[in-house]
Amino acid sequence: MPTKDTATTPRLEVRKTYKLYIGGAFPRSESGRSYVVNNAKGKFLANASQASRKDARDAVVAARKAFGGWHARTAYNRGQVLYRIAEVMEGRHQQFSAEVAAGEGLSISKARAVVDASIDRWVWYAGWADKLAQVVGSSNPVAGPYFDFSLPEATGVVAVLAPQDSSLLGLTSVIAPAIVSGNTVVAVSSYERPLPAVTLGEVMATSDVPGGVVNLLTGSASEIGPWLASHDDVNAIDLCGITSDDEARDLEIAAAGNLKRVRRPAEEDWSADQGLSRLTQYLELKTVWHPIGV
Amino acid sequence: MTTLDSGVDSLADVTSSEDRLRRFLLGLPGVDQVGAEARAATLGTRSIKTSAKQYALDLAIQMIDLTTLEGQDTPGKVRALCAKAKRPDPADPTAPQVAAVCVYPDLVATAKRELQGTGINVASVATAFPSGRSSLAIKIQDTKDAVASGADEVDMVIDRGAFLSGRYAMVFDEIAAIREAAGDAHLKVILETGELVTYDNVRRASWLAMLAGADFIKTSTGKVSPAATLPVTLVMLEAVRDYHEATGLHIGVKPAGGIRTAKDAIKYLVTVNETAGPDWLDPELFRFGASSLLNDLLMQRTKLATGHYPGPDYFTLD
Repeated sequence: MPTKDTATTPRLEVRKTYKLYIGGAFPRSESGRSYVVNNAKGKFLANASQASRKDARDAVVAARKAFGGWHARTAYNRGQVLYRIAEVMEGRHQQFSAEVAAGEGLSISKARAVVDASIDRWVWYAGWADKLAQVVGSSNPVAGPYFDFSLPEATGVVAVLAPQDSSLLGLTSVIAPAIVSGNTVVAVSSYERPLPAVTLGEVMATSDVPGGVVNLLTGSASEIGPWLASHDDVNAIDLCGITSDDEARDLEIAAAGNLKRVRRPAEEDWSADQGLSRLTQYLELKTVWHPIGV
Repeated sequence: MTTLDSGVDSLADVTSSEDRLRRFLLGLPGVDQVGAEARAATLGTRSIKTSAKQYALDLAIQMIDLTTLEGQDTPGKVRALCAKAKRPDPADPTAPQVAAVCVYPDLVATAKRELQGTGINVASVATAFPSGRSSLAIKIQDTKDAVASGADEVDMVIDRGAFLSGRYAMVFDEIAAIREAAGDAHLKVILETGELVTYDNVRRASWLAMLAGADFIKTSTGKVSPAATLPVTLVMLEAVRDYHEATGLHIGVKPAGGIRTAKDAIKYLVTVNETAGPDWLDPELFRFGASSLLNDLLMQRTKLATGHYPGPDYFTLD
């Protein structure tokens, strides 16, 4: 119990400076930069690290390193891990709601609904982990003594420039479909609303997701985007968070260097049913011709 | 600052008897451990950018002893390694060649055949590498075999057991005997600093090897952890510098094992320049014993040339 003395002294607020989430650790930006994050009304919320191109490079290395192990896990296990993310998020419901409400200027009850939807989205994608092959894969009738079948496989490292407006539901909806099939992700959060991404990093660190599978950078998508788009060790890029058409075009040109799969920015309704388009975006179909006796 | 005190009349005198050798080695001033580590850490923070970085990357590639020392080595693996030594980056003909290819003695002939006329040396480990636990006769024969198969450089290991128990003369005689057996081949003496425990021992072993006729002193076999570290290399570079001041001779230094990134390599080059001097920024006097380092150097090189980050998929495995 606080004594009378301490009760009358106002408690000093902890002014936070959040860090990045790379390879399962929380480093500061290599550049040493940070920026002020305000709420929707312009009042100070926290400081966030401003990631540089070198942080993006490190994140890609971490993601590539994690890819082998994550990709090799059974689909069933990946589904369980995604479900676990939802469970851990549930425990941080209040924190997420407060951050979403402050950043997006929503009432607390609306923010709660957004967090609910985000958690449900993880559960929804978790369910897809071991159903994907049945839906997307096929056995193909061929004119020869072969059993011919196609299987979806993860494409590799996916760079995600997350939506600028929907800082939690949008972020969830672009990361989950990439990792559920075995890809690893380097995501750049919303610039003005990075806090849900920072907290999501803390969720990842405590929920059985191997380090490096999801890497979260806070900072400017316009600054980091070109480096990720032109990076030869990135297999796909989601340009969701780019708001200018010219910029998106330039990034798509840069991404052509190693034939990345590119998802162009488009108007999205994050609360709507997501469908399979993001899931299948980051898959490669492997077709096997297996000889059989006539 | 020199480590040689004025009480020593001449270095030739030092090796005239076991007693004098011991007195000289034990009389070497101790290494300030905290100071050496702090100095190495400071040198590691130097920022090397743009054209200086380009120069450093190319120089580091030219200093590599591309190494494969595994029980599972095959002639095919060695041939592949030689191909890489000749043309490290097939996509970029301006990438320089490495200094040497380092293999076990039985694969020297294979490497020699592949590297004929390229100017790339073949280095062979010898003397019961990596432990060095064998009789002198066998070590000498091992060395002669390697040289007979065409090795241009011989990497020998010292008897760490003898060194640590204070039998300096025995270590000295062994190095001298191998020096003789190696003939014209360049002799690199591996101190295996990971087993020498203290920096004082590293300094003593460095002097011992140089007095016995080493052309190069090398940190480690790569089979013991810790392998090469920056402070250990710093201590060895100081020894080489002081030996040069005392005798006018240039002895080379080769850190080996554990250097995997271009960033690390550049830290070493800065340390070389600031400790031994720019004379040592030369493949004749400084080498890296490494294999995976080369790919990282090539990737950094490509990044500088193209302006975007390359991926490991575009470079050969070993």
